[in-house]
Amino acid sequence: MEKQLYLSSSPHISEGQTTDQIMRAVIYALLPACAVAIYFFGMSALAVLLICTLGCVAVEAVCQRIMGRPLAIGDGSAALTGILLALNLPPTSPWWLALLGAVVAIAIGKQVYGGLGSNPFNPALVARVVLLISFPVQMTTWTAPAPLGSGLDAVTTATPLGDWKTAVMLTGKLPETMHGGLGSYFVGNMAGCLGEVSALALLLGAAYLFWKRIITWHVPVTYLGTVVLLGGLFWIINPARYPDPLFHLVTGGLMLGAFFMATDMVTSPVTTKGLLIFGCGCGVLTVLIRLFGGYPEGVSFAILLMNAATPLIDRYTRPRKFGLVAPQAEGGKG
Amino acid sequence: MKLKTFPGGLHPPDNKKWSADKPIEDCPLPEELVIPLAQHIGAPAEAVVNAGGHVKKGQLIAQAKGFVSVPVHASTSGEVIAVEPRPHSSGRNLPAIIIRPDGEDLWEREPHAADLDALSAEQLRDLIRDGGLVGMGGATFPTHVKLSPPKERPIDTLILNGAECEPYLTADHRLMLEESERLVRGVEVLRRVLGVNKVLIGIEANKPDAIATMEAAVAGRDMTVEVLEVKYPQGAEKQLIKALTGREVPSGGLPMDVGVVVQNVGTAAAAADAVAGIPLIERIATVTGPGIVTPKNLRVRIGTPLEHLVAFCGGLQGDPAKIIMGGPMMGMTQLSLEVPATKGTSGVLLFREGDVPLRDEGPCIRCGRCVRVCPARILPTTIAAYARLDLVEEAEAMDAMDCIECGCCTYTCPAALPLVQAIRHAKGAILAKRRKV
Repeated sequence: MEKQLYLSSSPHISEGQTTDQIMRAVIYALLPACAVAIYFFGMSALAVLLICTLGCVAVEAVCQRIMGRPLAIGDGSAALTGILLALNLPPTSPWWLALLGAVVAIAIGKQVYGGLGSNPFNPALVARVVLLISFPVQMTTWTAPAPLGSGLDAVTTATPLGDWKTAVMLTGKLPETMHGGLGSYFVGNMAGCLGEVSALALLLGAAYLFWKRIITWHVPVTYLGTVVLLGGLFWIINPARYPDPLFHLVTGGLMLGAFFMATDMVTSPVTTKGLLIFGCGCGVLTVLIRLFGGYPEGVSFAILLMNAATPLIDRYTRPRKFGLVAPQAEGGKG
Repeated sequence: MKLKTFPGGLHPPDNKKWSADKPIEDCPLPEELVIPLAQHIGAPAEAVVNAGGHVKKGQLIAQAKGFVSVPVHASTSGEVIAVEPRPHSSGRNLPAIIIRPDGEDLWEREPHAADLDALSAEQLRDLIRDGGLVGMGGATFPTHVKLSPPKERPIDTLILNGAECEPYLTADHRLMLEESERLVRGVEVLRRVLGVNKVLIGIEANKPDAIATMEAAVAGRDMTVEVLEVKYPQGAEKQLIKALTGREVPSGGLPMDVGVVVQNVGTAAAAADAVAGIPLIERIATVTGPGIVTPKNLRVRIGTPLEHLVAFCGGLQGDPAKIIMGGPMMGMTQLSLEVPATKGTSGVLLFREGDVPLRDEGPCIRCGRCVRVCPARILPTTIAAYARLDLVEEAEAMDAMDCIECGCCTYTCPAALPLVQAIRHAKGAILAKRRKV
């Protein structure tokens, strides 16, 4: 009994899952998508991944140093942002583009707001959109997948969504080659950003996150569901012009966005009802931007716009507190 | 079948296996009983004995002071060696009557069989008050006050709380298992005092043996055993009422506002004793945790120092790092093992160094877990953030006063933020502000 006893107010036990563990689990969940990216796009994909990840961690460290805050790169959040950023860049991204993305993501997207937990927008998406607007050529130069060992060269091509947009713009109709490729799109055999190509790999990762109880169903289900319903509605109205819901699901950044970006805890609502609204909003905006916007893809913009709406959503979706009822007269209801 | 429950909550590992199968053992008398005058919510009792006097078991040694107060009785026969401040579970030194047992354990008045039919509701309630009964689930609110609802609040349902949702504790479990007959007799007393027909006994599904025993015990008595989902804080009064009746106690209100009175199963058992002339001088408590050699369920005389309980359970295993009176979710840490067990001591939990979670807090990552688990359906992280900035009015506007301090938010927070602790602080500040105006 010589040792000092701990005195504290209850509770005296904790669930045990820490912020660091959550960040690390999301990183693990992204590894299949990273592996697929490297398989299809080779060394250039690996380079983008490394530059973004190391870049983000370095920028985080520099920012924390400058601001005189404790070094917190060990929490894994910067590394996670780096990986997500890389997965949101084309495989042909030059090194400086990836590095600039890392600086924008961490310095402007996160640290200026006060670091982890305080940023209103998803840092990786902030960087992606800044790069997309500033360097449209580099950010929309795509290569066809050239699986490792296939001997294929990386050939410049368009993404399925890009193909569709161009065809619709020029002819008012779906492109000829659109149907039939969904199966290979699903495993990731299509042009696109590093991490968005393989719905299969992303779903694997998402399953891990569900199993670890890190993400809840609310955002992914409402997001994907809204896209399927709204996209499906347009498709039913005019199947010659609008792609079918499955195409919406497996192409572009929807899977990556729905399971890994829109579920970002910091930038999505804390209330359950808020999460449902958030997911639906992401879905509606994604479909509208894809079908009627200037860009072929709308996931990044949709999520960022809903990030901006998050404080408002939280404000209007406060749960009904327990016991918020008109005081019951005499004795209550039977 | 979907089990009855309430919105929010969570399921911490219950760790009841340490003691769930251990039959209740009588803890022998200690060298010295330390019986505090403050063992209940309300005004402390007033000592009516002095140092040097001799008392008998069950003798009144301190009388109630006011309506919201209860008397205190000698837990055994012996000599009063002092009436002086001693370490108390509140962390302060508070007045206590110190009795050195004479080993005879002689009653002042032998207990007698009670004839309920011969007694009116008022008489039964007076016996409960005179027996010094308080809520034994840990809240220690004087039982007779809860049994005196004003006329404009008619009661139609009596709920017996056998949820025992706190991890580690098994005292109520063992009571239901081993003393169901006494318990049910007590329920009958409470029912007569309140004049209600509907009696619901809520037990969590993780105690199937207790559920079966209680079902057998209430057979033919027009009482219903209800099986509850295993979820903390299922035993919180308002959450239990919601689960069993669907009624929601209004914010800031009391169970009687929805026609319900809730009593802990231990209190019911004590009520059976009270009408038989046995005041509340002992209770069942679980002594458990990784810091104890042999976890046990004990019948403990009120005033027994914790160190005596620990010694009877084989002593300490390793150095204790935290002594908790009550369960790990809502119990209070203690300064030393000199503190005595009182009427509200449902258990003593001992943690060693490695059992105490020690983590640096990080920034809130807005994961929303505290919001999802909060049974009061408020926003813990927001209120806590206000509280830590001393924005008392903002915290109040976010319904800080509705917090039931169950601790689910802090338990689940991945950033290790002291959420419920900050909200408690805000509640204190709000009450202080209200008193001022």
